[in-house]
Amino acid sequence: MADFLLEIGLEEVPARMLASAEAELARRTVDLLRRERLLGEEPKVESYSTPRRLAALVRGVLPRQADSEEELLGPPVKAAYRDGKPTAAAEAFAKKAGVTVEALRTTTNAKGEYLTATARRTGRDFAAILAEELPKEIAGIYWAKTMHWRPGKPERFVRPVQWLLALLDGEVVPLEWAGRTAGPMTYGHRVLYGNAPVIVRKPNDYVARLTDAKVMPSVEERRHRIRKALDRVCRSVPGARWREDHPLVDKVTHMTEWPSVILGSFEPQYLRLPEEVLVTVMRDHQNYFALESSDGKLLPYFLAVLNTEPDAHAEAIIRHGNERVLRARFNDAAFFYDFDQRTLLSERVALLEKVTFQKDLGSYFAKTERVRAVAAQLAAHMPEGTLDRAALDAAAQLAKTDLTTEMVKEFTELQGAVGGLYARAQGHSAAVADAIYAHYQPVGMDDAIPPTVEGQVLAIADKIDTISGMFGLGLQPTGSKDPFALRRAANGIIKILAESSLPLTLSQIVNAAGSNNAQIQSFLAERLEWYLREVRGAAYDVVKAVMATAPDDVRDALARVEAVAAVRGSDDFSAIAAAFKRMKNILEQASAKGESVSAEIDLDLLTEPAERTLAEESAGRATRVARLREKGNYAGALATIAELRPAVDAFFDKVMVMVPDVALRQARLSLLARVLGDFNQVADFSEIVIAG
Amino acid sequence: MPAVADPTRPAHRAGAAMTFQETLFALQRFWAERGCVLQQPYDVEVGAGTMSPDTFLRVLGPKPVRIAYAQPSRRPADGRYGENPNRLYKHTQFQVVLKPPPANIQDLYLQSLEAIGITLSDHDIKFEEDNWEWPVGGAWGVGWQVMMDGQEITQFTYFQQCGGLDLDPISGEITYGLERLTQFLQDVDSIYDMVWARDPDTGAVTTYGDIRLPEEEQLSAYSFDYADTARLWEHLGAYEAECLALLQGQKSLPDDAGQTQLRRFPVLGAYELALKCSHLFNLLDARGAISVTERVAVMARIRTLIVGVAKAYADQGERIAVLGGKVAA
Repeated sequence: MADFLLEIGLEEVPARMLASAEAELARRTVDLLRRERLLGEEPKVESYSTPRRLAALVRGVLPRQADSEEELLGPPVKAAYRDGKPTAAAEAFAKKAGVTVEALRTTTNAKGEYLTATARRTGRDFAAILAEELPKEIAGIYWAKTMHWRPGKPERFVRPVQWLLALLDGEVVPLEWAGRTAGPMTYGHRVLYGNAPVIVRKPNDYVARLTDAKVMPSVEERRHRIRKALDRVCRSVPGARWREDHPLVDKVTHMTEWPSVILGSFEPQYLRLPEEVLVTVMRDHQNYFALESSDGKLLPYFLAVLNTEPDAHAEAIIRHGNERVLRARFNDAAFFYDFDQRTLLSERVALLEKVTFQKDLGSYFAKTERVRAVAAQLAAHMPEGTLDRAALDAAAQLAKTDLTTEMVKEFTELQGAVGGLYARAQGHSAAVADAIYAHYQPVGMDDAIPPTVEGQVLAIADKIDTISGMFGLGLQPTGSKDPFALRRAANGIIKILAESSLPLTLSQIVNAAGSNNAQIQSFLAERLEWYLREVRGAAYDVVKAVMATAPDDVRDALARVEAVAAVRGSDDFSAIAAAFKRMKNILEQASAKGESVSAEIDLDLLTEPAERTLAEESAGRATRVARLREKGNYAGALATIAELRPAVDAFFDKVMVMVPDVALRQARLSLLARVLGDFNQVADFSEIVIAG
Repeated sequence: MPAVADPTRPAHRAGAAMTFQETLFALQRFWAERGCVLQQPYDVEVGAGTMSPDTFLRVLGPKPVRIAYAQPSRRPADGRYGENPNRLYKHTQFQVVLKPPPANIQDLYLQSLEAIGITLSDHDIKFEEDNWEWPVGGAWGVGWQVMMDGQEITQFTYFQQCGGLDLDPISGEITYGLERLTQFLQDVDSIYDMVWARDPDTGAVTTYGDIRLPEEEQLSAYSFDYADTARLWEHLGAYEAECLALLQGQKSLPDDAGQTQLRRFPVLGAYELALKCSHLFNLLDARGAISVTERVAVMARIRTLIVGVAKAYADQGERIAVLGGKVAA
């Protein structure tokens, strides 16, 4: 058994792309080795990445393929010999198989008698195979954005390739790609180690040699080191903790080869600015971690993750530089804040006339008026006392005014939040401010819904107005194109309904926004289906079964999906689902032949005991199921339906539906139609896929 | 900002940094020694060094290029009447174009920082993803913003497409923001306090503000308050018409046009006219004279000019090359 190490040296790869590329390189390498029968019994795979490299280390590979034999089928015997002598076809086949003509054998299959031969394949060397195959795998790695760099554009990759390292134990694998020939060399940290090559004698030495060269190739180790350093440096500020931020830890881990952390501070006077603004500047613009006290209040410090290990002299310079940059940015923000306060949000409503929402839908002022109307209609469906109608209207009126502020022009990601903060600073009630603050939420499926009822209704009103307006102009999403992010808006509506206690139905929401109802209704249904499947992880057939009943209430649909999913595996339910599918098929075939069913069943015609039992049992249970359903007790309803199994089984066992007697046939079809109708209101069980 | 004594400011930095003009000298010398031709700033208003024909047009076609120049770049909307310590109507970019980019271009770049007095081991330097795009020029590239101690000091781009044309070979483009870089090295909070030059005999200092403040004050005022928008629109229309006429003329050159006729056709003149339009657009935009709806349409008009020139330039180069080949044969 041997070890194989591959490293691709690159110019700085975007942090966001590293994790998946690292995994893909390891996967492609292992798949290739397996395909080429170069993987031992218990291979061990390790992968590494830094901004300047991707690497995979596979322990337990075979230095050479095992020899193998393969049975080849040749030409028919008829064509292989003429007058007892082998023909050209026989000789060509022997040559292809690498054997003499005498070694050819015959075999008889369905088509007749054919030549066969046993071809012996000598196993090839690891190095030869990888030199041939690995470049294709490297070239196949997916990158969100790629570039050319060499004249003639022989390849595309995320960034120029600077070196290749490929070692099978102590030997270089002669790999060539992107104008680079693999060697035993890697390179260390640009500044801490410099440009001298680092020789790796065997794969096992990789991590140690790089560590000597001030590169920590393991992502997990770097992440751990960063977290520990954040903790340690943070302790120098009494009572402080750094604000947990997984995505930022991840980002700086992928931006460094040899990370360290420094503490910086800023003038406490900037703490008068909204925390959101300070955190946005620190986090999104500068990749700094914010510090807070034990009660969660922001402190005038920050932590910066460096890609170097400075001495005290350098650390002072680096700290000073970072503080200076932050001060300039905070200074800008303070200017914007003070400047913005000179014009109240209420005075900015008129300014919205000058801000275009969409050229055919008019200004944001026009949108504001529409959203107010939609919000009022939605509020009318809400019981008295469940929301503050005046606050909702005030929030709707002011919601977009922050688009005219300097702060939002500079920090567009803070739209909504700035409006909410300014509303509070300008004396509006918490209900108004909170609703404005959160009305763009949820921005994605990981984002929270607005925390207040007014905020939830405002968010829905804003989103449905956009959807309705765009649909009205024929600008609905098509295929992968959704330039106005209408799917995201609709997903937001679904998520708010699913996670809040708003009593609103989809049709009430669609109607509140006006035109194009049917199309928007089905668009929302499609998003509900997506949400149940992708966000809630419900099985495809369960979702389809529930969606077949055209649900209008999102939380009710969710409850039904959960109930169906819970019983889906049980024997009784599977049998009932299969029986319902059978009923549906019979009815569909009958209907295709022009048979009719009626709501009134002539029970006197049903004389077989099995069909009488089904008629009686189903009638009794239907009432109970309807009662349970009304209470939202879907688990109970489904259990009751499942109890119908013996009667259904007996019916199909003993009774033939499609009898020649027209009246009897119609009575039996009508019975089936009633059973289906009564019980398929929770979900269309015929959609359920029965395992085995 | 109140003038507070800053105890964190390291004393060792005082007076050590290069002046604004020394930084420029050092970069010019550094790149000249690495084979770059030094060009003077282009004399038509541009928003960025990339728009100078020394970048925008030279990156087209197969001819290798190594060129460096300082380019005053005008962004009317960024003007602040000289009141903001960090924003300017006009700033200076130092632009280096290397076609094709040498494999060690990043190393060269880091050495250039040392050439302007930066000790790399005293700083935290990161190459962060930042892809550049100029839709109006049909141009984009991938690359980084180079961050030093949290400050962006350089835009580093591998040009992939220009004027809607795929580039081969591609170019490496390094753009230093000279003011930002020098301000950072001199460690001053306001651009205007930066030392532009120091008299070698007396040590007397000329600041950036001494040289540039009136221009910032007056050109901000012009673009925000004085510019006659009706006339700006007229200028825009006139330059556009002339540019379009030239582009049409280039297209109508006869198939049997000779070397001289081809070489003398003023595609470069058409480019100057297109740049004029781009600057007028920026002025109108700063003046608030372009509504959101008009914006897209006017940008499309200017794109037609700029992309049209790029195509005409590439076409001219090809025809001359073909003709040259025939003559040589």
